Amino acid sequence: MTHISVTVDGTVYEDEVEPRLLLVHYLRDRLGLTGTPVGCDTSNCGACTVELDGMSVKSCTVLAVQADGGEVTTVQGLARDGAWTPLQRAFHERHALQCGYCTPGMIMAARDLLRENPHPTSGEVRQALEGNLCRCTGYQNIVRAVLAAAEETTGETAGQDSAAGDGASGRRTASGQEVTA
Amino acid sequence: MTDQAVHAAEEAGGEVGRARLRKEDARLITGQTNWTDNISVTGLLHLAFLRSPMAHARIERVDVSPALERPGVVAAFTGRDLADALGPLPCAWPVTEDMVLPDHPPLAVDEVRHAGDPVAVVVARDRYAAADALEAIEVDYEPLPPVLDLEAALAEDAPLVHADKGTNRAYDWPLKAGEDFAAVRERADVVLERRYVQQRLIPNAMEPRAVVVTPLAASGEYTVYSATQIPHILRIMLSVVCGVPEQKLRVVAPDVGGGFGSKLQVYGEEAVALAVARRLGRPVKWTESRSEGYLATHHGRGMIQDVRIAATREGRLLGLKVDLLADMGAYLMLVTPGIPILGAFMYPAIYKMDSYEFACTGVFTTRTPTDAYRGAGRPEATFAIERIMDELAAELGLDPVEVRRRNWIRHEEFPYTSIAGLTYDSGNYEAATDKALALFGYDALRAEQRERNERGDAVRLGIGVSTYTEMCGLAPSRVLRDLRYSAGGWEAASIRMLPTGKVEVVTGTSPHGQGHVTCWSQIAADVLGVPFEDVEVVHGDTLVAPQGMDTYGSRSLVVGGAAVHRAAEKVVDRARKVAAHLLEASEDDLEFKGGVFSVKGSPEARRTIQEVAFETFTSHDVPDGMEPTLNAGHVLDPENFSYPHGTHLCAVEVDTETGQTRIRSYVCVDDVGRVINPMIVEGQVHGGLAQGIAQALFEEAVYDAEGNLVSGTMADYLVPSAADLPEFTTDRTETPATSNPLGAKGVGEAGTIASTPAVVNAIVDALRPFGVTDVRMPCTPERVWEAVRAAGSGRPAQKEAAQ
Repeated sequence: MTHISVTVDGTVYEDEVEPRLLLVHYLRDRLGLTGTPVGCDTSNCGACTVELDGMSVKSCTVLAVQADGGEVTTVQGLARDGAWTPLQRAFHERHALQCGYCTPGMIMAARDLLRENPHPTSGEVRQALEGNLCRCTGYQNIVRAVLAAAEETTGETAGQDSAAGDGASGRRTASGQEVTA
Repeated sequence: MTDQAVHAAEEAGGEVGRARLRKEDARLITGQTNWTDNISVTGLLHLAFLRSPMAHARIERVDVSPALERPGVVAAFTGRDLADALGPLPCAWPVTEDMVLPDHPPLAVDEVRHAGDPVAVVVARDRYAAADALEAIEVDYEPLPPVLDLEAALAEDAPLVHADKGTNRAYDWPLKAGEDFAAVRERADVVLERRYVQQRLIPNAMEPRAVVVTPLAASGEYTVYSATQIPHILRIMLSVVCGVPEQKLRVVAPDVGGGFGSKLQVYGEEAVALAVARRLGRPVKWTESRSEGYLATHHGRGMIQDVRIAATREGRLLGLKVDLLADMGAYLMLVTPGIPILGAFMYPAIYKMDSYEFACTGVFTTRTPTDAYRGAGRPEATFAIERIMDELAAELGLDPVEVRRRNWIRHEEFPYTSIAGLTYDSGNYEAATDKALALFGYDALRAEQRERNERGDAVRLGIGVSTYTEMCGLAPSRVLRDLRYSAGGWEAASIRMLPTGKVEVVTGTSPHGQGHVTCWSQIAADVLGVPFEDVEVVHGDTLVAPQGMDTYGSRSLVVGGAAVHRAAEKVVDRARKVAAHLLEASEDDLEFKGGVFSVKGSPEARRTIQEVAFETFTSHDVPDGMEPTLNAGHVLDPENFSYPHGTHLCAVEVDTETGQTRIRSYVCVDDVGRVINPMIVEGQVHGGLAQGIAQALFEEAVYDAEGNLVSGTMADYLVPSAADLPEFTTDRTETPATSNPLGAKGVGEAGTIASTPAVVNAIVDALRPFGVTDVRMPCTPERVWEAVRAAGSGRPAQKEAAQ
């Protein structure tokens, strides 16, 4: 057993863990932070994507001991006082999720993209999300959502997907549908 | 949707037709989910399954005792250990009277019949300890020959998957309608014969399967939480398999992360988990790894289609003959044998013809069983007919759209009984096609194609057409009886008007991403005249939603949503009686609009439905003899299938030097009848397209000559990413269904059914100047390149073994 100290979503945890314990199982089974799911065993699907010390990682490919002394942000740590981030709002408003299983990882990966490239093109969004698989949406609305979140954060600090804003209503999606909140 | 349509929807009541954002999303985007694997209870034990590394072998010996020595291991069982506690896994669709139904023990006892067939289960204190202990189990296998080739499997001397059955032939299922094909063939100007191969696909719902069983052993009660599409069916079947009385079983489908048919199943692991929880009196959990799921979760497709078409030189269809070999895999699971039969009625598609002959042979192989995967039989049928219609067009020198026009059912001919015997209630193929052609810029693309062909461009443009219909909304119970399916096709809904005026809708459908909570709220809100926000929808738990037939086959809206509509009408009927009594008016003198009952001519005399709900709750003053409740339920058995249709057009650029295909544009115009929520419909279409395109270009479950699954991980099986797929242009025409009160048609499978042939037709269209007439799916760069080379050298493309 190895002693680790990890900050997850703002809370410091001290634990004894097996050196082989995956970070995602530490989050899910030890801390009960089940918002981050597991979708594969070859780090292809990206469902388990979290942020570790400011970098997006697939938590099935990181050992818990590697997070020792680090700071982890999961999808459960994004909303502040019930206020969703622009990406969370955009995923809702653009219908960028169906079953929602890939959504935590997709949002965390998109957050990473917007930090590095606050104004991506749709092609850049598609390339950046290549490591995150979705089986429900065909990705089109995910791309729309990320572009919408990027647009919304214009004028705010680039990449800070934590700024609260007004929920958009009465807008139109790219296909011209009326969207009502 | 257009402003006019929005206006019309608001006139009609406001909710139906509106792009309501989903109620489901809030939990899913904040991680407050309840996936089965999230469930943890005190004393929970974890299961791990040891699986056969061989495609086919006799089990000489299994010894689990060394595993018991491993740290954290509580118990371990072989198939024989649990044989008394477990009956065979069920097949609910014996498609013929003499179908061969092999025994299917949840844990193999004497023989393993596909790589991944489970032989033992370990029970341990955590998931790592359970997985570790598997390596300690000793198994002696005596290898038996694998059975992989569908045609060879039917030969006299073929090795047998189930030796006790004496054959690999599961069934022969024929359908014949109209004239003999031989007769129409005589008078045909053109007869084409083609073989198409539907490769095996792995469904890949993003949430792996998982099951948790919590026992109350003393009273013999069990709760099964499972990542399933079918909690209600699962309850019945687990009761039968495990011998737990049905009333002692509760099945819950918590949040379920996609299914696409793969969770329309009664799996061995679910039965074993229940049996182990019962034996030990302890709660247990099993969650599959993705790679394990590739072996253990059923596959889809897997067919060889020999298609013959007879036509006049003007391009009028005379007849169609289809001979199908369908890969059942090693066992017949819940609806395995019925999947090709769901397609049998769809090969004639939207076309008129004089003769149709169909025959399907189900074949056992030593591979993972096949069963429902998005579209289930209908994508295969649509692929075959739409591919060969393009071949007919090419043979006759006609435009592929024109050949379709000459044969399709015209809008004024509906309702139309197809040659296969289905009565298509409504449709307008002309309208959808015209709209799609305009959106696509068909003529301009054809002109560009000619220009590029003439100058010998290395990157060719191809245009693919797919005009489809499908039968969905499963299903009228009497039709299911005629097809020998073991259950009915109804769906249940009930509505509770709460004392505070809020509403609970209880549905028998079991959503796993479709958005039923949002859509059923819209339906109920409109009929009851209550705010959308005041409606809650409960589902997926046999304790709280005890009656249901669950979610598959694009049935939920057209059967289950229609049941919600009918139940809500019954609530209004009851409320009207109470309101009339309170207002001292005759029921006939009451108007009901926007949730308010008012007396005609004196609008100040009014009661809201919420007030009526409270009055009924107190029951201080309800009509004499009236049962004091507004609550009502409805079980709806559909009178017909649902027949969505549409026209899909795909433009591809094919690099003839590298074999790379790029989808340049994709346009689809679908007619799914009246739409409850256009945003959700568009999402369903997108996702369907992605899976259909994935079959055309990317995905295949590949086995080697020994029967090992070579594409055995997500690193080897190409589930497309955002970078692999194009933007879609989607639009709709709207021809209401006449078979349900909503006028709606199914939408969940349409995109998958239509898109595969559109893409392959486009690739073949691009390469036709080289003499290419087919490319086998998935149309990988290698296969495309090989097809171009083979055509150029005058030799056929390298023949690949029939799987």
